[in-house]
Amino acid sequence: MNDAILKTQALRFAYQDEVIPAPIVLDGVDLEIQAGSFVAVLGHNGSGKSTLAKHFNAILLPTGGKVYVDGIDTADEDRLLDIRGTVGMVFQNPDNQIVANVVEEDVAFAPENLGIPPEEIRRRVDDALKAVGMYEYREHAPHLLSGGQKQRVAIAGVIAMRPRCIVLDEPTAMLDPIGRAEVLKTIKQLNRTSGVTVVLITHHMDEAAQADRLVVMAKGKVIADGIPKEVFQRVEELRSVGLTVPETTQLLWELRQAGLDVPLDALSDQECAAALAELLTKDVTPA
Amino acid sequence: MALKDITLGQYFPGATPIHRLDPRVKIIGTIAYIVALFLAKWLVSYALLLVVLAIEIALSRIGLKSILRGMKPILIIVLITGLLNLLYTPGQGAPLVTFWVFTIYREGVWAACSMVLRIAMLITCTFLLTYTTSPIQLTDALERLMNPLKAVKVPVHELSMMMSIALRFIPTLIEETDKIMSAQKARGADFDSGNLVQKAKALVPLLVPLFISAFRRADELAIAMECRCYHGGEGRTRMRQLKLTAMDGAALTLSAALCVAAGVLARLGL
Repeated sequence: MNDAILKTQALRFAYQDEVIPAPIVLDGVDLEIQAGSFVAVLGHNGSGKSTLAKHFNAILLPTGGKVYVDGIDTADEDRLLDIRGTVGMVFQNPDNQIVANVVEEDVAFAPENLGIPPEEIRRRVDDALKAVGMYEYREHAPHLLSGGQKQRVAIAGVIAMRPRCIVLDEPTAMLDPIGRAEVLKTIKQLNRTSGVTVVLITHHMDEAAQADRLVVMAKGKVIADGIPKEVFQRVEELRSVGLTVPETTQLLWELRQAGLDVPLDALSDQECAAALAELLTKDVTPA
Repeated sequence: MALKDITLGQYFPGATPIHRLDPRVKIIGTIAYIVALFLAKWLVSYALLLVVLAIEIALSRIGLKSILRGMKPILIIVLITGLLNLLYTPGQGAPLVTFWVFTIYREGVWAACSMVLRIAMLITCTFLLTYTTSPIQLTDALERLMNPLKAVKVPVHELSMMMSIALRFIPTLIEETDKIMSAQKARGADFDSGNLVQKAKALVPLLVPLFISAFRRADELAIAMECRCYHGGEGRTRMRQLKLTAMDGAALTLSAALCVAAGVLARLGL
């Protein structure tokens, strides 16, 4: 049985450029992303994470290796619309993704392209706007919305296609903390309630920590892959590729370096607090 | 420079009878009005057209202020047109004023007044169209009205798409221009003083980043559109279906009546 919605095999990519030798951006990436999961891809600038994202719906085609979307080879041009209808993509700058002057007409753009009957489009647009909590703004002009709201409209515009998977390429990079929280909550909700597969490309540790699975990239390769708690325990390895770890892990790691016996996998604030409380009670009671 | 004052192509949402008219009907109605305007010869016709316009403005609940504000940029053209008409219209009667190489006749005064009035009314009625119709509806209607041209290979869908995207990005680019201006001013750029050449030169550090950013936006938008399965007009459906209502029928009839009335009045020389 194969329920991997996205699959890359020995994926290599180099920009075809005049520059010789062409820099290799992706160097042998093997990934399988299960349907319904919430995966974060973490990496520093230039790690190839955005390039990887662009392979998931055939914006870029591999220089070597293969990418499969729901079993379809992305190099198959005849199935391009199927691929793009399966994997939706949300980008960094919400302004540059919104096509129309009215929120609901923008959300209708994708289903219109797919040739869906008008009544069905109406239904999908309403559903999508409700799913991201922007239904009350359906008749607003996008440029009057806040960054977080615009990004939620962009997400609605993608989910109106009813894709099975959404890839978000640093969707919160241009947003303020409030906007970031809104967008992240929306993404998580989509994953939990509608079962949409989410691939979140990010360089924010705290966002990555909320995923079910964390893939860390550096120099075009996957260097770590697992549940966030485990991955973040590899503090030194992450640091060596220019990444930090969440503050909780950082604190526990430093305590550990100082010779104290604390667990490294307490990722959330509560868990961390509990671990510290335990450490304190241990210390005051003589051994 | 007050960039926020630009209202060209700005849409004021609303739910008045004018807003709810079918955009195709509004376009045809506007064209009919313009035709009537150019048929108009004398006071009665102008009075009729002014009354019609006033009713439309009242119905659309668009403030007179917004209309006047939109007219500001075109004021100079209107004034020059008026002036030229005033000075260069030959007349039969005794000249009213003679100075230097110019003589002003009564016909000239009338021609200038009617020309200014005509342009002002023309602009106002097109404003009414763009103020009460969302740009998407407008391009949608244009696409549908021009549909027959597809037979002669006019890229109707592509044109309307370009137009709606251009309209969509006007506020975004204005905002960006404001930002760049502030950034350049903070570094000592001076956009306001100096002669025309100096002012034009001062715009270079504004236009270069603006253009670069516009190209980057275009690139990103194109990718985002492709990601949303855009593949041209072929096989595309629309969420909003345009259906003619009784109201639209009435509006069309009135437009036709207006044209006929203007034609008849012109014949009678009124």
